[in-house]
Amino acid sequence: MFIGLYNYWVVIVLMMVGFYIVIAHGNLIKKIVGLSIFQTSVFIFYISMAKVDGGSAPILADEINQYSNPLPQVLILTAIVVGIATTALALALAVRIKEAYGSIEEDEIQKQDNLD
Amino acid sequence: MKDLLAVAMLLSIYGLLSASFFVAMDAVDVAFTEASVGAGISTLLMLVAISMTGRAEHPSRHKPLLALAVVIVTGSLLIYGTLDMPYFGSAEAPIHQHIAPRYINDSMQEIGVPNIVTSVLASYRAFDTFGEVVVIFTAGMGVLALLSVVRRSPVDIAKIVLFNDAMHERHLILRIVTKIMIPFILLFAFYVQFHGDFGPGGGFQAGVIFASAIFVYTMLFGMNTARRVINQSFIQVLAAIGVLLYGCVGVVSLFNGKKFFDYSALAIDPVAGQHLGILFIELGVGLTVASVMVIIFFNFAGRNETPRNSDKQDL
Amino acid sequence: MIVHLPILQVIIPLMAAPLCLLLTRPRLAWLFSLIASGLAFLISGMLLQQVMTSGTIIYEMGGWEAPWGIEYRIDQLNALLLLIISALSTIVLFAAETSIHKEIPADKHTLFYVLYLLSLAAMLGIVATGDAFNVFVFLEISSLSAYALIALGQDRRALWASYQYLIMGTIGATFILIGIGLMYQMTGTLNMYDLSIRLPEVAQTRTVFTAFAFVIVGICLKLAMFPLHLWLPNAYAYAPSIVTAFFAATATKVAIYLLIRFTFSVFGLSFSFTHLPLQLLFVTLGLVGVFVASTAAIYQTNVKHLFAYSSIAQIGYMIVGFSISTAAGLTATLLHLFNHALMKGALFLALGAVMYRIGSTQLSNFQGLGRQMPVTMAAIVIGGLSLIGVPLTVGFVSKWYLVLAVIENGWWPVAVLILAGSLLAIVYVWRIVEVAYFKPALAGTETIQEAPLSFLIPVWTLVIANIYFGIDTRLSVQVAQAASQSLFGVSP
Repeated sequence: MFIGLYNYWVVIVLMMVGFYIVIAHGNLIKKIVGLSIFQTSVFIFYISMAKVDGGSAPILADEINQYSNPLPQVLILTAIVVGIATTALALALAVRIKEAYGSIEEDEIQKQDNLD
Repeated sequence: MKDLLAVAMLLSIYGLLSASFFVAMDAVDVAFTEASVGAGISTLLMLVAISMTGRAEHPSRHKPLLALAVVIVTGSLLIYGTLDMPYFGSAEAPIHQHIAPRYINDSMQEIGVPNIVTSVLASYRAFDTFGEVVVIFTAGMGVLALLSVVRRSPVDIAKIVLFNDAMHERHLILRIVTKIMIPFILLFAFYVQFHGDFGPGGGFQAGVIFASAIFVYTMLFGMNTARRVINQSFIQVLAAIGVLLYGCVGVVSLFNGKKFFDYSALAIDPVAGQHLGILFIELGVGLTVASVMVIIFFNFAGRNETPRNSDKQDL
Repeated sequence: MIVHLPILQVIIPLMAAPLCLLLTRPRLAWLFSLIASGLAFLISGMLLQQVMTSGTIIYEMGGWEAPWGIEYRIDQLNALLLLIISALSTIVLFAAETSIHKEIPADKHTLFYVLYLLSLAAMLGIVATGDAFNVFVFLEISSLSAYALIALGQDRRALWASYQYLIMGTIGATFILIGIGLMYQMTGTLNMYDLSIRLPEVAQTRTVFTAFAFVIVGICLKLAMFPLHLWLPNAYAYAPSIVTAFFAATATKVAIYLLIRFTFSVFGLSFSFTHLPLQLLFVTLGLVGVFVASTAAIYQTNVKHLFAYSSIAQIGYMIVGFSISTAAGLTATLLHLFNHALMKGALFLALGAVMYRIGSTQLSNFQGLGRQMPVTMAAIVIGGLSLIGVPLTVGFVSKWYLVLAVIENGWWPVAVLILAGSLLAIVYVWRIVEVAYFKPALAGTETIQEAPLSFLIPVWTLVIANIYFGIDTRLSVQVAQAASQSLFGVSP
């Protein structure tokens, strides 16, 4: 069982590292980094599903008869784009927050909000 | 790790490593994209953002026990979930049995493109890809709404020009080398754009490469020079046109009485129609991606050199 | 063109968005968006009629049949949702031009409409599609445009609210992505209908259980269901008024739709409710949500915050109806979905009018508004009565059906608690009435005038709808019943 599933387990550990950074850290940029790690790990998870032992890249050629599954790869191409779109918007927000609050630390922003 | 700069670089390395993992997993298209996005664009944006927000993270005071608990519960649930999963690499797994075989066996007759990823992406699931283009367009609009700066006064512009000139005296050799390189980068972008049918590549990757040529140019020659070459509102129009081009391919099939994105309506021979459809939508994707990337980058960088910042912390 | 209605429903606003960017004049952009949204409304009406008479419509994208390509599958449930979203969007958009004039800098007006249209199209796309991964893609379009729209608020806290929403929303979306991946792993398909056929074979596996948990938690994050609601009050309170009115009326409804779609159609009733202690969990969370959020609403000093908490409480009622897992319970949830959209649309739009005139929605600034803006305040009062559930308003109809469904199931204590929750609503609505009508006007506010017609027309359209559908319930009840019965008929 270990041999069959260890790949997924490693990916899950990576995912959880990213997830932990998102919810535990107070720095806005670091949260975005965590989000990015979380998402990239999910991509790895999908791509791992697509792999077939002895298969090759899904580009048709005469001498090959075993291909890896193309569908998860298509999904992840889309998901990567979604990921970069989210990252860009999140960074833009962080920059604006820095200008408005003078800080990108969660607790300092909360403190300023409570004062208002 | 309290230095955000180091964190960003590590993230970039992670992106590159996962890209190499994707190659090992036979996902060449994905690897190509991840390398250009994960290791390239997102790191670049991260660096620009850090330069504006400061690179040090404050030490946190609270103990993240709750967070740790949430993460452990989620992780254990996932591991629990994997226990009944088909083993890694097994060819008997349901995902290799149900839908994928048709893509692998029939896509050559139905679409006539050797790269199966391209045929699924651009034809079988063209609507998802349309959604993807709209996502990137939305992000561009969002960044524009958040960061766009209103026109500045001539004095400020003069200040920036002075600063830029001072910067670029130092990069003479780099500038010359880059000038030679840029045509090749653009050429490569076009190759990737039109070669997506046969090898890995396609509109998205081409768009990113194309945009990166512009980034390199901007970084070395300064925002102002770049702005003179590339008009901001023109780029916005291009981004919109990319989305419209993609959508119009679908609308044309509608008017021919076929379903949305049914490319066989585009030519007499269905397979030729598929080819034509894929060509057009990839062009739409490339156009939107390249222009949105440029919009995002310009607005980040433009924000960075607004006089408001430069007055406070002298350049 | 009739066969193409399902796709036109989504691509008209979707293609209108980039076109709108090309129109540089904001006024033109507004007119254009209004037309696009109105067309979507028209189409959704035609679709609903078509579905009610001839059953489920299937539209295959690119001409590829279902599990290989992406299909749109419109049944009574999504037709109803499409109608709610496009109708509310059109009505709210009517007031947009006036409202954003004061709340958003002039150079961002065109962008505002572009993002608004994208958001509308994405919500319609989520509802119309029959493909699980396509849901994820459109969910992200709607989220990204929502983050940007919220961040356009004047207050700097809008930025922070938007950032928090972004983090929670992205975690939610990633959870849904993991869930979809696990489902795909076990069945090899992404099409929802195909999934509902293939999932029962593997229903007993731990992987499917995990997939279910991730999808549901992800949706609940988007839904702002108690206790995952923390991002919502600030996001609603600091967003531009139009955005608040639009999202309060539609965004949570889309999330409820996804919850219903995944539990009832994709995983199936037997899996969702017999396999897991979901019923108890949801009914408890729903009721606790009603009480915690209603109590929090009582203590708010900003009226926008107050109604935002009230929204969380109303989501609680919908969750209770959903957790009964009978056709009657689901009918009550769907009715409340429709009715709540009418109430909150009217209320937040009226608040937009207040914002337009006095530049604030702090409760203390409402003093004397009952005399200065009588027409707007009357709308807020009627909307408030509807929230409480007074007879002759839509609020009464949905509470009535909810209580009936609960009692039919023999849950007496729950019925009592639902009625007790309405008492809390009386308290928070009364606070506004008290300040607006029984306190003297603040000094220097004599010049405040009634809101302009561009506000009053849409606000009162919604208020009259509140009363009309509160008296003549045939149409709304018929559709809601048809939708819930179709779900119970289809699910294996």
